[in-house]
Amino acid sequence: VPVLVMSEAAVGHMYEKVVIPPVNQIEIICRRKPTVPPDEYLPFKPDADLVPPMANTGDGYRFHVTGLTHDERGYPAMNAEAQDKLIRRLVDKIEKNKNKITKLEEDGIDNAEVVVCSYGVSARVSLVAIERARNDGIRVGMLRLITVWPFPEDRVREIAKKVKAFVVPEINYGQIALEVERCAGGMVKTILVPHMGGSVHNPETILDAIKQAVK
Amino acid sequence: MKTSTIETDKHPLDAYLRVDRLPHIWCPGCGLGLIVNCFIRGLLGTGLDLDKVALVSGIGCTGRAAGYIKLDSFHTTHGRAVAFGIGLKLANPELKVVVFSGDGDLAAIGGNHLIHAGRRNIDMTVICVNNFTYGMTGGQLGPTTPSNARTTTSRLGNIEKPFNIPNLAAASGAVYVARWTAAQIHQMENAFREALVKRGFSFVEVISPCPTYYGRMNNQPTGLEQMRYYRRKRVVKNGADPSEVGIGLDGPIITGKFVDIELPYLPAQGGSDGN
Repeated sequence: VPVLVMSEAAVGHMYEKVVIPPVNQIEIICRRKPTVPPDEYLPFKPDADLVPPMANTGDGYRFHVTGLTHDERGYPAMNAEAQDKLIRRLVDKIEKNKNKITKLEEDGIDNAEVVVCSYGVSARVSLVAIERARNDGIRVGMLRLITVWPFPEDRVREIAKKVKAFVVPEINYGQIALEVERCAGGMVKTILVPHMGGSVHNPETILDAIKQAVK
Repeated sequence: MKTSTIETDKHPLDAYLRVDRLPHIWCPGCGLGLIVNCFIRGLLGTGLDLDKVALVSGIGCTGRAAGYIKLDSFHTTHGRAVAFGIGLKLANPELKVVVFSGDGDLAAIGGNHLIHAGRRNIDMTVICVNNFTYGMTGGQLGPTTPSNARTTTSRLGNIEKPFNIPNLAAASGAVYVARWTAAQIHQMENAFREALVKRGFSFVEVISPCPTYYGRMNNQPTGLEQMRYYRRKRVVKNGADPSEVGIGLDGPIITGKFVDIELPYLPAQGGSDGN
């Protein structure tokens, strides 16, 4: 799975302990290797799971890789048909495995009346607001997105049936809030708590939004 | 009567080319066809196991070379061929990594990768085909365009100074630096062979015609005329001080092997403290 890490200043500046388990406790999943001889090998011909077997460089397969739109041979194929086929496969491959890829952290959602959905450092700041709201007797759940794409559509739809509102703090003028709103599909309201950067949210603003949500 | 036939649809190097991709995209008169030819001959002359040779290109006309040569080959993002090649080498030090790319790709957008690979003396070969312009995108001024030369974006002449790339490579720490023109095929092939077996960061610049843009805008409108120009202007000066081999418009093109030294390289063999 190709991964794009959404970094941020907090990640750059903060320290946390990382525990790397011993080698024998790490499960290594190797990419499938081709089983055909080199002259029959098509490096971008996928198996049924949409993942093509991949030869190692130096194993004698002498294959080609390009950043351009390509066909199953790996050769540039600059036409709409190849583009359509390639992009559909790449996206379908991710979508088909989204349950294995998408990671979430949940807290107190089962009996929540409002759920704060956030990611990155805003999710940490949200914890302060959630704690204060709970002290005030508001039943608040937390849905922290560890993966933002594929977006956990099914889970958000499910939660939307049970709560009064979503509160979405994010450091921009509203991006993931649109995804939450889309999945909430008119069932409940989505309250964006934007912050334009330069610092993190003040927890008070998130708390205010939580209070507004349960009014 | 005994007759002999010449197979005109076959080439002696077909076994090393992706013939199913031919014809190539290069213009008539371009130097890349013969540079690829010399590269393959030079490579065959090294006796290296071709299964262990990985060819990496960036973007541009020269960037397409990797796609035509039948080796493990990578057509990477613009300017990142050297960085990609370093990754290959670190992942599998057994590989012979060759970067084959253009002057715009290597000296402009990829300039930092180039100098730092030289500084670290990464065990790889970089071949830079220099046509003094950005050919694929329409003949724009590039980092090697000689001062006063005309391009599609410097119609009245280039007001900038060009990079002297052999000097850049040498100053960065390359242990082998040579320059030849496309009109010096034997020297070029020999330089490729030497560079490929050199341990450490080896660099070969090949001056190559682009009649479609650079030549047409600078009184050399065909590949043949550009080759004749190289024959007139080339000066062979092995051991020349790289700082003195800059190329001016209508000036001499100093060619030769400028650097050939031994220094510890990375990734180090058999431990972290040397080779």
